[in-house]
Amino acid sequence: MSQAATEIVRISGHVGTAPGDGLNREFRVCKLVDTTTCIGCKACEVACLEWNGYTFSETTFNNSYQTMPETAWNYWNLIKFNEHEREDGTLQLLMRKDQCMHCADPGCLAACPADGAIVQYANGIVDFQQEHCIGCGYCITGCPFNIPKFSPTARKVFKCTLCNDRVSQGLEPACIKTCPTGCLRFGTKAEMKELAEARAQQLRDHSGFPDAGVYDPPGVGGTHVIYVLHDAKNPELYGGLPKDPQVPLSVRLWKGPLKWLGNLAMVAGVVGLAWHYMRFGPKKEEPITPDNGRRA
Amino acid sequence: MSTDAVSRTRASSHDEEMIRRYTLGERLNHWIGALSYVYLMITGLAFWSPYLFWLAVIVGGGPTARLWHPWLGLIFSASLCWTFKEWHRDMRVDDDDRTWAKAMPNYIQNEDDKLPPTGRFNFGQKLFFWGMFSSVILLLLSGVVLWFTESLPWSLRYLRYLAILIHASVALITIGLFLIHVYMSTVLEKGSFGSMTHGTVTRAWAWTFHRKWYDQIKDDPRTVA
Repeated sequence: MSQAATEIVRISGHVGTAPGDGLNREFRVCKLVDTTTCIGCKACEVACLEWNGYTFSETTFNNSYQTMPETAWNYWNLIKFNEHEREDGTLQLLMRKDQCMHCADPGCLAACPADGAIVQYANGIVDFQQEHCIGCGYCITGCPFNIPKFSPTARKVFKCTLCNDRVSQGLEPACIKTCPTGCLRFGTKAEMKELAEARAQQLRDHSGFPDAGVYDPPGVGGTHVIYVLHDAKNPELYGGLPKDPQVPLSVRLWKGPLKWLGNLAMVAGVVGLAWHYMRFGPKKEEPITPDNGRRA
Repeated sequence: MSTDAVSRTRASSHDEEMIRRYTLGERLNHWIGALSYVYLMITGLAFWSPYLFWLAVIVGGGPTARLWHPWLGLIFSASLCWTFKEWHRDMRVDDDDRTWAKAMPNYIQNEDDKLPPTGRFNFGQKLFFWGMFSSVILLLLSGVVLWFTESLPWSLRYLRYLAILIHASVALITIGLFLIHVYMSTVLEKGSFGSMTHGTVTRAWAWTFHRKWYDQIKDDPRTVA
């Protein structure tokens, strides 16, 4: 078993335990995105493409800095721009680097039916293993952040790996490495949370952003990518960041009660029919007799 | 030989005479539907539970199963639409069926002589037909959403949430219908299976299980196989 496999704590579509079950690492990793110091240079987008070996796709133009509407199967990191007009009439250019949030309780993994197509490592990284992916797209349904994207050529789903290949070698993710303003940081979850909270405090106390705060949504068990927002009360302003993301209720019902009800019903059906045959036996044709009114 | 014995022998050979119940077209369509349904059930169950994922492996692996499942779904839907076109008149529920429905416990306990006579299809078969036909509509609608799930814009994501629940729940209902259908037509009701393979049943079978239908066709020379 490889070193990486022993660090897997959760496996999609899997019967039994994960090799890393019960593994208690000292730290879980975290990417901190401080939207208040992002300048929208898109260097992180370029670094992501370069490291992962993709080329630029065709861009769109809609009179804003937004050159692509959303992330794509071969474009995992995209800054979302929003020219937000505040109540006092002033303009605020909000920029948020969008990518996989690496949820502690990942909806993609819960929805995935293919054994081992999605794994969660002990350090918190949620990674797609395309060699096991069957291309059903259930992860797309399970994700509350609109992140997994289907490649029509590969017929597999792709997303940000949090540079698992770099992180496992002790390097920081490519986007972090390239960020010129330091708005991107990488470290342990505890460290990043502390740093983010301190920055939010600074924004509240000294920069005139009384609603500044940290985005680490509890609905998905917290995330391994966290944001500092000027206005944590309205995360939707930042390119549609959901206010209270949850694994969809229907995914929970489908993978929970419906599954056990369905399994029980199917087994009960087979047992019931076998019982019926043993109790009542086959129906046999009878010889034709003149209709004597025996039947109603 | 007593006259009694002679009349019994005559009655018996008449009883065993084969008459046509399903045309070649009906039978071919039935088996297209049946085989496509079995494939859909096997691959669907593979996607349903990790404990059953091996089912996808025996039919060519997960990606292959995912690729073919929707296409076989189209074939199954087409087969059921054709069935609807051919049979919907025979499947109308009438007053006799309502009486029959009340006597269903008798049917379950094999007390068939306590049931009112039935036409070409009994109320149970009608329930099966209408259950399958309405299920296939729901499966097709939710299936298209799941087939092209990646093309759906984020604003319409609620369709996905609805589709996974509908597709799984309705598929479970069809599995229940399928189990009962297979059980009844292969082991429970002797003579039923043959009607769907070579298309014929004995006069006695038709008289026993579908008397109203038998009375309509018994003197038609075209029904004798």
